[in-house]
Amino acid sequence: MGMTFFSILIAFFMSGIILFVAGYDPLQVYRVMIEGVFGRPKYISWVIIKSTPLIITGLSVAFAFRTGLFNIGAEGQFMMGSTIAALLGYFLHLPPLIHIPLVFFAGALAGGLWGGIAGFLKSRFGIHEVISTIMLNWIAFYGHNFVVSIPGFARRTNISFNIQDSASIILLRNWKFSEAGRAWFADHPFWKDILKTPVNGGILVAVILVLVTWYILNRTTLGYRLRAVGFNRDAAEFGGISVPRSIVLSMFIAGMLGGAAGSLQVMGVASNLSTIAAMEGYGFDGIAIALIGNNTAFGCLFAGLLFGALKFGGAKIQSPPVRAPMEIINIMIGTIVFFIAMPRLLKMFNKWRQKKGRAENA
Amino acid sequence: MLSSLGFIIGTTLMYSTPLLFTSLGGVVSENSGVVNIGLEGMMTFGAFMAATVGYFTGNPWLGFLSGGLGAGFLGLLHAIACVSFGASQVVSGIAINFLGPGLALFLSRKFFDGATMTYTLSIEMKMPKYFNHILPEGTFIRQVLNQDITVFMVFSLVFVIWFVLYRTRLGLRIRAVGEHPKAADTLGVNVYRIRYLCVIFSGVFAGFGGAAMSIAVASNFFQTLISGQGFIALAAMIFGKWKPQGAMIACLIFGAAQAMVIFIGGTALRVPNEFLSMMPYVLTLVILMGFVGKAVAPAADGIPYIKDES
Repeated sequence: MGMTFFSILIAFFMSGIILFVAGYDPLQVYRVMIEGVFGRPKYISWVIIKSTPLIITGLSVAFAFRTGLFNIGAEGQFMMGSTIAALLGYFLHLPPLIHIPLVFFAGALAGGLWGGIAGFLKSRFGIHEVISTIMLNWIAFYGHNFVVSIPGFARRTNISFNIQDSASIILLRNWKFSEAGRAWFADHPFWKDILKTPVNGGILVAVILVLVTWYILNRTTLGYRLRAVGFNRDAAEFGGISVPRSIVLSMFIAGMLGGAAGSLQVMGVASNLSTIAAMEGYGFDGIAIALIGNNTAFGCLFAGLLFGALKFGGAKIQSPPVRAPMEIINIMIGTIVFFIAMPRLLKMFNKWRQKKGRAENA
Repeated sequence: MLSSLGFIIGTTLMYSTPLLFTSLGGVVSENSGVVNIGLEGMMTFGAFMAATVGYFTGNPWLGFLSGGLGAGFLGLLHAIACVSFGASQVVSGIAINFLGPGLALFLSRKFFDGATMTYTLSIEMKMPKYFNHILPEGTFIRQVLNQDITVFMVFSLVFVIWFVLYRTRLGLRIRAVGEHPKAADTLGVNVYRIRYLCVIFSGVFAGFGGAAMSIAVASNFFQTLISGQGFIALAAMIFGKWKPQGAMIACLIFGAAQAMVIFIGGTALRVPNEFLSMMPYVLTLVILMGFVGKAVAPAADGIPYIKDES
């Protein structure tokens, strides 16, 4: 915990130096960022919207980490989830009460299968999950782009039809633009500001998933077993736990989380699929989030919100009067993770302080 | 027929080169026992540095060198964290993957009027093709060998690294440090120094890989230029069982798959582009499934070595 806050402080400090050297006023940049996050109700809801998928991909990576696996594949699992969610969201016509959970779980399942494949390849063929998930990410990437171009699903080049209203979780989606909605907004500027953004139920699901992940890992036999395999494979085997099955199951659950993030993104924000030129980075950000969150469920919630805030607030610094490159955010995130990698640094610092204290007392 | 073959071989060599440079970086680092998952970030930063210095000096060789040095600096950061401070190597590598592209795009906006791409290099400012005027037009030999100088450099580098690793004392020490650092230390090998050297060079090679992409294959650096090639190079290194010659074969397979995508795209065959692009990754998984025996990393790969402080 201490290390995380220490790292965040150092990151702000170092980025400040970089900004200063590059000719910007760091204090002004940070002020614009903070105003960009808390300045208006609309900004706060954007931060939450941006954080939602990141919290969940963070959970996906953290879950795998805790069971001794490195899930670089959250990216691909996310794309599988969003692809299946968009397909079922468009082609099926069902009442919302059935449609929403169906689309959500189908997306999660698709991600789960994608993760499960990596788990199977590891347990059956000994293929390291880092390689297999990198490969699966690319397969999902091209699969996603292929689906966007399917005749009957493609609305025009590079973009698909929107999902049906019955599969959308955007709050008050149609009412917002209706006569009644507009009239009501005229009297309620605060709510108008908030509801201008695609406010959706995703964050509630994300919080539920945080609780579920925490519960599975810490309060169930299943979680205990999976962690045991991660902790010491041989000891777990000796204790009667089937290691291959645990690996597949761990990756399946991690994949489900990645897929769930993808479903929610389609159902709550994007409403469709569009061709992507490069990986979007939800899964890669998830790795950093898991690390900043110390691989705990609640840590991911915190780190995901921090990430969302940095990303949304960071984009604001590009406009006048500051005009600083928003990529300072990536440098900041990199610095946080870099220092988190070195818990010994804090220990060494404390040791040095103790030594110094002793020398002074002597 | 022959000209098609020539096209495929030539394109394969061209696309394998950036991957292979980077993959060799991975080989060097991991044989000394330091996992380098930050290759992607190093490659991106190297690509940016090469294109930028190349543009402002007009000299591709200075650009190429700067690509190596820039990424070598990230290698140094990785080494400081992993070697001196016993950091988790995977975590530090992930940090590098944020820092490299972050720095590259930040500086790009600073130097190129707020754009995330550098200005296009004219043909004289790119890495030279020395055989361009020597090889006769329209021949098979020309198709295969009329390549950027980086192609010839990288295949020479495979041999050099193989020679150093398996035929010299330094190589023996590197591998000893990667397999059993404590034993190596007992015998008087400076584990820290060897690891610093290897990790910094790993960055330099990844930077060359990026440079080979930005100032030889392409003509500038842009945001999606590298997107994932560093990870492919990492996979190629594991695929190649942590050996330079293995990495070479793996990179050639990826390059060939890329060449096939371009070749089939130019023929009358109507296969969706996405399926072609998917093939190398599917193929890799299939080949790995068929492997008898697991790929084994150096024994101490990924484990920080901390000398007893007594």
